[in-house]
Amino acid sequence: MLSLLRTFWEILQHTFRPRVTVQYPDEKPYLAPRWRGRIILSRDPDGGERCVACYLCAVACPVDCIALQATEDPQGRRYPEFFRINFSRCIFCGLCEDACPTYAIQLTPDFEMAEYKRQNLVYEKEQLLIDGPGKYPDYNFWRVAGVQIGGKNKGESEREDPPTDVHSNLP
Amino acid sequence: MATIYVDNKPYEVKPDQSLLSACLGLGLNLPYFCWHPALGSVGACRQCAVKQFKDENDTGGRLVMACMTPVADKVRIAIEDPETVEFRAGVIEGLMQSHPHDCPVCDEGGECHLQDMTVMTGHIYRRYEYTKRTFHNQYLGPFVNHEMNRCIQCYRCVRYYREYAGGSDLNSFLMRNQVFFGRSQDGVLENEFAGNLVEICPTGVFTDKTLKQHYTRKWDLQMAPSICVHCGLGCNTTAGERYETLRRIVNRYHGDVNGYFLCDRGRFGYEFVNHKERIRQPLLRKNGNQETITAEQAREHLKSLVAAGNKVIGLGSPRASLESNFALRTVVGPDRFFTGVAEADARLASLILEVLRKGPACTPSLTEMEMADAVFVLGEDVTNTAPRMALALRQSVRQAPMEIARKKGIAGWQDDAVREAVQEEKGPLYIATPNSTRLDGIATETFRATPEDIARLGFAVANAIDSVAPRPPNLPADVSNLAARIAQSLQGAKRPLVVSGPGCRSEAVIQAAANVATALAKSNPEVALSFAAPECNTMGLAMMGGAPLEAAFQAVRDGNADTVIVLENDLYRRAGSKQVDELLKNAKHVVALDSLPNSTTELAELVIPAGSFAEADGTFVNNEGRAQRFFQVFVPQDSILGSWRWLAGVGPGDTSNWKNLDDLLNAMAQSVPGFKRVPEAAPEAGFRMAGAKVPREPHRYSGRTAMLANINVSEPKPPEDPDSPLSFTMEGNPNEPPSALIPFFWAPGWNSIQATNKFQSEIAGPLKGGNPGVRLFEKAGGSAPSYFAAAPEGFHPKQGAWLAVPLYHIFGSEELSNWAPAVRELIPQPYVSLNAEEATGLGVVEGQMLQVGVNGSQFQLPLKVAKELPKGVVGLPVGLPDFKEWPMPAWVNLSRAI
Repeated sequence: MLSLLRTFWEILQHTFRPRVTVQYPDEKPYLAPRWRGRIILSRDPDGGERCVACYLCAVACPVDCIALQATEDPQGRRYPEFFRINFSRCIFCGLCEDACPTYAIQLTPDFEMAEYKRQNLVYEKEQLLIDGPGKYPDYNFWRVAGVQIGGKNKGESEREDPPTDVHSNLP
Repeated sequence: MATIYVDNKPYEVKPDQSLLSACLGLGLNLPYFCWHPALGSVGACRQCAVKQFKDENDTGGRLVMACMTPVADKVRIAIEDPETVEFRAGVIEGLMQSHPHDCPVCDEGGECHLQDMTVMTGHIYRRYEYTKRTFHNQYLGPFVNHEMNRCIQCYRCVRYYREYAGGSDLNSFLMRNQVFFGRSQDGVLENEFAGNLVEICPTGVFTDKTLKQHYTRKWDLQMAPSICVHCGLGCNTTAGERYETLRRIVNRYHGDVNGYFLCDRGRFGYEFVNHKERIRQPLLRKNGNQETITAEQAREHLKSLVAAGNKVIGLGSPRASLESNFALRTVVGPDRFFTGVAEADARLASLILEVLRKGPACTPSLTEMEMADAVFVLGEDVTNTAPRMALALRQSVRQAPMEIARKKGIAGWQDDAVREAVQEEKGPLYIATPNSTRLDGIATETFRATPEDIARLGFAVANAIDSVAPRPPNLPADVSNLAARIAQSLQGAKRPLVVSGPGCRSEAVIQAAANVATALAKSNPEVALSFAAPECNTMGLAMMGGAPLEAAFQAVRDGNADTVIVLENDLYRRAGSKQVDELLKNAKHVVALDSLPNSTTELAELVIPAGSFAEADGTFVNNEGRAQRFFQVFVPQDSILGSWRWLAGVGPGDTSNWKNLDDLLNAMAQSVPGFKRVPEAAPEAGFRMAGAKVPREPHRYSGRTAMLANINVSEPKPPEDPDSPLSFTMEGNPNEPPSALIPFFWAPGWNSIQATNKFQSEIAGPLKGGNPGVRLFEKAGGSAPSYFAAAPEGFHPKQGAWLAVPLYHIFGSEELSNWAPAVRELIPQPYVSLNAEEATGLGVVEGQMLQVGVNGSQFQLPLKVAKELPKGVVGLPVGLPDFKEWPMPAWVNLSRAI
């Protein structure tokens, strides 16, 4: 009898306490900037695609849910012909982001990806590529790399001498 | 054997090698750059530094370069000594100063020797903060990509290219940190073995340009051991696939055959597999048009054709595997199986086979050919018919002068010292061919003549060695003097070698080569006799036997056959168009199994998509009679299947109990006596390593759950392989498999092809457990050697007529590689060759059109002046795409085109 009354009392008390349940989706939770959610591909500060299709994210992925194919534009800039992430397999571990040498692949504070059909969780480059540089606003891999691309000749990267004149005999 | 102490542990090693090679042979990790097992030591990069101690009491020791220090008994060295570790890290730090920040976009990344060595030395942090030197790149042709910024100046490229492969157009320029490796100007690399630079370069300066078109990292390739299909030498290759296209070919070390190197046709000819015109679905002729049908319908149709009448004949092919040829032979019956090769060519192949089987000379492997110290080439332009053999011959001319170095006490692996001692000295190499060859530059003497006269020279050499051998009649004095000189060289050699082949299409040439070898064998049992084989299974088909193509023509003409099954064979490349037209039109039903469309498949009623070497398992027999297995690389989604898979179970011949490749192989071993040992070429399908298969995919293979997710998010079950112990997945036993099953060379810390070291029983020696493949015949001893008697008459030029001889091209004369876009860029246009004097006589200059008439038909071809072609002879290219030559040698008439 006593325990019954105590239960009623407990419940009555709860009526006046603040609510613990978050009213999602009307109320959004706070997500830290480093939250590991939906993966995106970013662009460099010049607006070009950052991904150079080096395959490092794919090989780092423990569930092998990233597949891509490298190709090159006529000027020698490498980019992915297709880039596919199977989010139905992704475990949001962030190893791809760690492996990425160009800051192209980044995990974002967004987890709202639920789908009724599993097939819809397969994202292609069109769905992954965003219009900005994401978390790293300044980095541009091509300014550091030694290869020549459209708009950047040999010797024009950071900390590079002008190309050697092969026909000169001066020491 | 010598005992060396490495980090105070004793090891037994072979003397006569460097400490570096001894350490690597023991499986120890010692970094290096400028050393290469095939190139020897020069001590340029200072990367393999170790500490050498006087004795066990010596605590100081001194730094030495392991590659320059010979193995000696009781040598004490330390690899792990802190000072040497620091030294090596310092060396690599220096090498990396100007190395660009390229790895993510570098094709070498993931299989880069520089990456591996950097990790091995522990250099991880860049301290150099100043500018990097840069270079402009060069266009080096369709095969090799140039990215000079990445160079670490190890000099391996020029040492390989100039000294090993005999090229002259790649060189080093400038000095200090600006040393540039390239050509004097942009242009296609001239050497036929330039593709090996891709593997020789320890980093990404030279990379595979064809791979770049569909770039995939090594870890993402599904790979299988394969055999090159572009000539008859049977070089071992590793073929890699991704997304159902073949991505590249790399060398697969074989201690007896190809060693570390391939030719460019073998390395870059693979793209025919990906060609957009590949036959991917069966085609059936309905109302005059070939329409796509399903695999099931095709099989039913084939069954009904074979069952309907008993007038079925099969035409085999020297470019199809033993298994496919045998399957066809079983389906139609041995007496209704034809080789699919013209009688003249079949006779040459069977003559070669007879000579090799009879002895007394043994047929050498390519590695043995490299050790020959006097060579006589009769009638074969090996650079263009069996290219890898030319690279072996280039090494053979170094053997005789090696004696100079040996007398001075210089070990053979001391590359720089040997070259200093030897200078330009070359061993004897005599080349007798109709036209100039790429090996002429290293030849002692060359002889340009018609096939008959070449044969006469051979007979004369045999006669000069052994007077019992028949002497050709009416020999001019200069030829008989040359013969005497050749005979003297060959007799003075320890390991003389005679090279010939069917290239001249002359039986007399082959007989002459046999006579020379027979004569030499009387006094020297070490004599070797090697014949080039034009196609990947020429030898296997010759061993299987069967009536030639002409007999098939006759059978159809006589009404003894109404259904013809053509196996992977474009008959128009084998015989005259008229005869083939007649065969294909008179036969009621023509079935063609092939991988690419050609004139034969166009006329067939039923076309069946046959698997190439990448989509089927099989066995090829190479020019020395070595049966070697190649394994399926990937399973295509469409109806492509190995020919023997299509043929198994169609009857009437009993193929019903062939459940997998092993059943077929065992049936073949039983019914063809020469093939008894073929099943031993590789472990059978049931072979397991600790209960597991050997994975075709590396353990870092990526994208498993996303590759096909665009089609269906649920991953399909990986294909099973009933025919081999290899699996189409990354699951399996990752440990070192038997040598025939090595899908790729990889070892912990050794991601590049240099990991080969870890798979050899000794450096540059056989693979662990023995090199793969089985020799199907060794020389027969016992019977007294006999000579071929009939030396031909000399050649007499005819007034107004020329003898047409075949001229071969490494790029252009082989059917399958002609489909590869990169190879296609280097294929010459059809031409007619004539020497300068006769061209002037006809009033034509280089490039002008000539009217060539043969057997009543006329062709117009541009003239290409060949300085060395003998008088009365014209040269015509063989096998070029879209150019139909006629059986040669033949007499043609020439006139200036109006």
